[in-house]
Amino acid sequence: MASSETLTSQEYIQHHLTNLTLGWHPEHGLQFAHDSADAAQMGFWAINVDTMFFSILLGSLFIWFFKGVAERVTAGVPGAAQNFVEWIVDFVEENVRGSFSGKNPMVAPLALTIFVWVFLMNLMDLIPVDLIPHLFAQLMAVFGADPHHVYLKVVPTTDPNATFGMALAVFFMVLYYSIKMKGVGGFLGELTLQPFGKWGMPANLILEGISLLSKPVSLALRLFGNLYAGEMIFILIALLYGGGVVLATTAGVLQFVWAVFHILIITLQAFIFMVLTIVYLDMAHQEHH
Amino acid sequence: MNINLTLFAQMITFAVFVGFCMKYIWPPIVNALAERKAKISEGLAAAERGHQEKALGEQRALELLKDAKASAAEVVTQAQKRATDIIEEAKVDARSEGDRLVAAAQAEIERETNRAREELREKVALLAMAAAEKILQKEIDVRTHRSIVDDFAKQL
Repeated sequence: MASSETLTSQEYIQHHLTNLTLGWHPEHGLQFAHDSADAAQMGFWAINVDTMFFSILLGSLFIWFFKGVAERVTAGVPGAAQNFVEWIVDFVEENVRGSFSGKNPMVAPLALTIFVWVFLMNLMDLIPVDLIPHLFAQLMAVFGADPHHVYLKVVPTTDPNATFGMALAVFFMVLYYSIKMKGVGGFLGELTLQPFGKWGMPANLILEGISLLSKPVSLALRLFGNLYAGEMIFILIALLYGGGVVLATTAGVLQFVWAVFHILIITLQAFIFMVLTIVYLDMAHQEHH
Repeated sequence: MNINLTLFAQMITFAVFVGFCMKYIWPPIVNALAERKAKISEGLAAAERGHQEKALGEQRALELLKDAKASAAEVVTQAQKRATDIIEEAKVDARSEGDRLVAAAQAEIERETNRAREELREKVALLAMAAAEKILQKEIDVRTHRSIVDDFAKQL
């Protein structure tokens, strides 16, 4: 809360909800955005460095750990790491087998990646909200930056870019496999010939089109909304730390309780994202749904 | 919270991670799991087989034992029968040998008796002759009465 002494609550919250954005500013050229207005001016041609950094870091952690186990994997007695990995793989495989009826060697690894990666990104939410941003701001201050304008969001899944990125990738896979399995005609037929038959084509297209487009939107917004709200509550709790001993103690208790509850949410959201991905791909592989 | 280039960067990152996972992580782990599953079921089957074989072996051992007992009993019976036979044979042999010895002894006795009787007879004849000679020395001529004396001696 060191930085909030000179900030209003609103500014504090705003600060926490702003990404570290690197982009091409129409007036100042390539630079890190000084505030959200700056970032907005940069428009599409900007990149959220913090989201990218933490998501790639966590994804690499996943890849590194699982790859390490996969290289030393044995059919005999497994070690502790292998046991843990097998537990997760088994869990994912069971879900895929239960929900996915087609044959596609890509679905299970996809589900595993989603589950572990999303879980790890969500897990960043349990790190005290000020810890990493504050340390980063101090570090940047050493290089001459104004610490109040150094932004950092450590939870990639509270950035809609990350959740929509995954959801759209899943959506494209759904489109790809729909067309691959049913052909262009079959896919278009599915969109236009039901539920009302060929005379209700426009109505069918509207219904099925909405149902199709709602898949990536709901997938992305569900994860983003849950994590964003969770993050927001952590920020609000953190605000209490500045209000004296009683409030600070209350905040400590609240933060603990919310963190414990949040363990459930982050796991559940990772699980839901995985299961829905499997289900959507299953629907894409089926002739009729 | 703007949608910007991060969206596409995230899609690419996601695709790379999925691709990597699909190529290098998932197959070896799942293969190992399948292999272990196969190993375990194989082991269970082998245990089951071993169990059956053990039961079978016990059965066979029991049968062998029974056979062995039966043949041993047969051998004993045969041996006893043979022993009895031998004893019987020996008894018969001994009896016939005894009979033979007795017969020989009797024959010998007979012969000896005959011989002694003959001797005695001769001696008695001589004695009688001598006595008669002495008694009839004067009246009886040996040559003339010879046949009478011989008759007498024969009757003796």
